[in-house]
Amino acid sequence: MNSEPLLLATPSGGKLELRPEGPWIAANVATLETLSRSVVAEVSQSRAVTLDMSGISALDTLGAWVLEKLSRQAASSGRPADIVGVADHFSGLLEEVRQVNRHAPAQVAAPSPILLRLDDLGKATIGAREDITIFLRMLGALFMAVLGVVRRPRSLRLTSLVYQLNRIGLQAIPIVVLITFLIGAIIAQQGFFHFRRFGAESYTVDMVGILVLRELGVLIVAIMVAGRSGSAYTAELGSMKMREEIDALSTMGLDPVDVLILPRVAALVIALPILTFIGSIAALYGGGLVAQFYGDMGPAIYIARLHDAISVTHFEVGILKAPFMALVIGIVACSEGLRVKGSAESLGRQTTTSVVKSIFLVIVLDGLFAIFFASIGM
Amino acid sequence: MPEPHAEVAIGVRDLVVGFGRQIVLDHLSLDVRRGEILGLVGASGGGKSVLMRTIIGLIPRRSGTIEIMGQPIGGAHDRSTATTWGILFQQGALFSSLTVRQNVQFPLRENLTLSLDLMDEIAIAKLEMVGLRPEDGDKYPAELSGGMTKRVALARALALDPPILFLDEPTSGLDPIAAGDFDALIRTLQKTLGLTVFMVTHDLASLTTVCDRVAALADGKIVAIGPMRELLQSEHPWVRAYFHGKRSQMLQHEMR
Repeated sequence: MNSEPLLLATPSGGKLELRPEGPWIAANVATLETLSRSVVAEVSQSRAVTLDMSGISALDTLGAWVLEKLSRQAASSGRPADIVGVADHFSGLLEEVRQVNRHAPAQVAAPSPILLRLDDLGKATIGAREDITIFLRMLGALFMAVLGVVRRPRSLRLTSLVYQLNRIGLQAIPIVVLITFLIGAIIAQQGFFHFRRFGAESYTVDMVGILVLRELGVLIVAIMVAGRSGSAYTAELGSMKMREEIDALSTMGLDPVDVLILPRVAALVIALPILTFIGSIAALYGGGLVAQFYGDMGPAIYIARLHDAISVTHFEVGILKAPFMALVIGIVACSEGLRVKGSAESLGRQTTTSVVKSIFLVIVLDGLFAIFFASIGM
Repeated sequence: MPEPHAEVAIGVRDLVVGFGRQIVLDHLSLDVRRGEILGLVGASGGGKSVLMRTIIGLIPRRSGTIEIMGQPIGGAHDRSTATTWGILFQQGALFSSLTVRQNVQFPLRENLTLSLDLMDEIAIAKLEMVGLRPEDGDKYPAELSGGMTKRVALARALALDPPILFLDEPTSGLDPIAAGDFDALIRTLQKTLGLTVFMVTHDLASLTTVCDRVAALADGKIVAIGPMRELLQSEHPWVRAYFHGKRSQMLQHEMR
């Protein structure tokens, strides 16, 4: 077997005889392309073309296609190539290749960029409306489920609720404590560093206390829970949706909202205020440590200043927001989970959407609460 | 079954494969002749897929030798074997982030140096050979039906014109019409391209219509091998149960 493919072109009085030799296979594609390109001009200029296949030792689809292209080129200049000497075991392949690439795929005209923008805008608008509808529908379904539980307290899925509480509450405590402790310490350090220039170090305690209790404690815990537990909810419900488990539940006459979603959202609504409380205490403790070792302020003075600076109102403002944030996280996580379609990519996409959307909504909600509390003077 | 060496496309000798304490393939030997379509049957979980995945190097073997076209082979990451065979996975295993055309072009792009024009032409040629339209090339795998997914996967498996084609349950999940069409397609391509086909299947219709020979795998060994007619005469209890069960009665009737 020849190791290199060859293409012998013998022009004779306006006629051209092409004689491919050797292995015309995919492994030699670079050589094949060069060979066929080198004779293109001759093929289109000659009056008649003969393609003698008898020298080919091996042929595959790629090689056959390169030869077919040459013969088509001859045909397109009005002189169909004469193909001779085809070995029996190659004829089927050559015949097959003759059928392909006859019509180029229909070119789809690219729409104008303005139209594309408008299209995107329209889709986004409809998408936003759909998001709101789904959110409200889930809120309503949850409300009905709660009513059902109030009417028949025994219908509450207690096992599931306790399991979820353990998972998203108890097991989240270490990471929540660690992060809020560090945040409290950092705020205190910044306060001491910058307030020192005005001699107003003692006000650092006011800042840490008010900031942590009113805003940061609940916000940071809510964002962490959205990332940790919200995404877990979406992925769980999404994979259940993919494997038709949710459809199976429905056909058994059970409402997925009662069985799966209510225990999860209820667990979040219970756990988030508790986590917020623990987190806030950890942040105040972190601030206290920094006060002692960096701000030269003993624990007794720190606690006394804290006592003056904050009141129960500050604590209430923070902790009141927690259940509402939990509700938003839970609804977004669960409804995104139920929107998962058949594929695994859809599961990944929906999980990302769930986390992004719930963090965004938590911050928006926090802003609305700030306006609300300011207007009622809390 | 000693045969001339050049005639054997896949030669498996004394293959032992196991997981933990469980032995799945127990000193199994099998020869696939060049240019034939061999169907492999066996109980679910009986090691059919394990045998196929061991041959293509996805599962390590405990002992034994595997020769492809007379060459002993190593593992899956052996680049030299990648052009020797094409594999059609059960679910197609198309890359979901690439279009159909890019999927078919992928082996070409990775293994050869060729111009973009030629790559497009070859990809479309392959798609047309498996019975798809050039327009389908711009779709994504998620937009394809089950039958189309299998056809695209077949086009990708054949992208480099490998001499050997492995098919893992090619007709599973297809309706009888689509399955029949797919069988016919495999037969046609096998003839045109001179392929050796190793097919794992449960589809009795495929076994009767497309396979030159059928091998039955039971208890980790090949217990019977030969044309369908011979297998129907086999006395091995498992083979009898497989081909003479209620579901097989009708086919057996047709064979007589």
